[in-house]
Amino acid sequence: MTGRTGRTVALLMLLLAAVRADEIPASQRLSGYDMMGAEAQAMQRDDFANPAMLAVKEGEALWKAAPGEGRPSCQSCHGEAAATMGGVAARFPAREGTTGRLLDLPGQIQACQTERQGLPPATRESAALLALEAYLAVQSRGQPLASPRARGLGDAVSRGEALYRQRFGQLDLSCAQCHSQNWGRSLGGTRIPQAHPTGYPLFRMEWQAIGSLQRRFRNCMTGIRAEPFPPGAPEWIDLEIYLKERAAGMAIDAPAVRP
Amino acid sequence: MATAMILLPRTTIRAGDVVMVKAMISHPMETGFRRTETGGEIPRNIIRQFSCRYAGEIVFSCDFHPAIAANPFLSFPVRAARSGSLEFVWRGDNGFLHREQAMLQVVAS
Repeated sequence: MTGRTGRTVALLMLLLAAVRADEIPASQRLSGYDMMGAEAQAMQRDDFANPAMLAVKEGEALWKAAPGEGRPSCQSCHGEAAATMGGVAARFPAREGTTGRLLDLPGQIQACQTERQGLPPATRESAALLALEAYLAVQSRGQPLASPRARGLGDAVSRGEALYRQRFGQLDLSCAQCHSQNWGRSLGGTRIPQAHPTGYPLFRMEWQAIGSLQRRFRNCMTGIRAEPFPPGAPEWIDLEIYLKERAAGMAIDAPAVRP
Repeated sequence: MATAMILLPRTTIRAGDVVMVKAMISHPMETGFRRTETGGEIPRNIIRQFSCRYAGEIVFSCDFHPAIAANPFLSFPVRAARSGSLEFVWRGDNGFLHREQAMLQVVAS
């Protein structure tokens, strides 16, 4: 190795170390639940005070009801959700076996609706889709988020990380600058969380409604004055996969309550 | 269509006990003061009135106003005298009406 290449390699390694320097060690990872106030935590812990549980109840009814004459209900294929769907939400987004495309949980619900139930897919962020998503998420409560890399989604993890570190919008900020480098500090009266997607879909008091992870992404994007990707865009799914790799092993606490 | 949840204590209730009744309903509670991106008014859509009857008699009722958050959650004490049904009614704008029923099982003290 010549001196010059040696220096280049050393520089590259230094750069790589700089990029990784803001990774949060497992011992310091905090979920949004850990970082919010005691009142909001109590609201989330009490299934009766948590307004997202209304969506879970709606989701249960949708899961069991046949959507029309001769069309199967979710339950007629999948069975009792409590018995069969535990841990499923922890493994999404996933690669669809037949087409190879990446689907997040709402995307998979939409695929079932069109392909198995012969229905038009519920629109993203609609009450029905959020309700089904919440009902499935609650079946995986307490289970650890599965590592997407270990499930062969390493390429999506890399694409997601590139997005996470890319500066966007008029404020020219990346996700990492807030959520990796400045978490715990104040932004407009709230503490910046570490962006671990453990509780989605969740009830956000600011929204006065239950919303999906993509709604949260859109909020961040408009907050930095960037044009959000369209609903269901592959970029969102890559980003979700990266965040879930980053949060792998953390327990699901859906449906969460957040300020 | 609204979804509501009613919670009664799961412990044994004896005659004369004061029990906390909790009721939550899904509702946007749109204040009527907000506007759309283009400046159009978003019409008010709130629950106006809630009442709870215990064995036919009103034990709790209240009026709602625009400053109340979405998915209103109520918690109120009721003195359990004898087993009977609790009937909950929410009424609101645009003819909104939702009813729920729950049985209060009371054992003699």
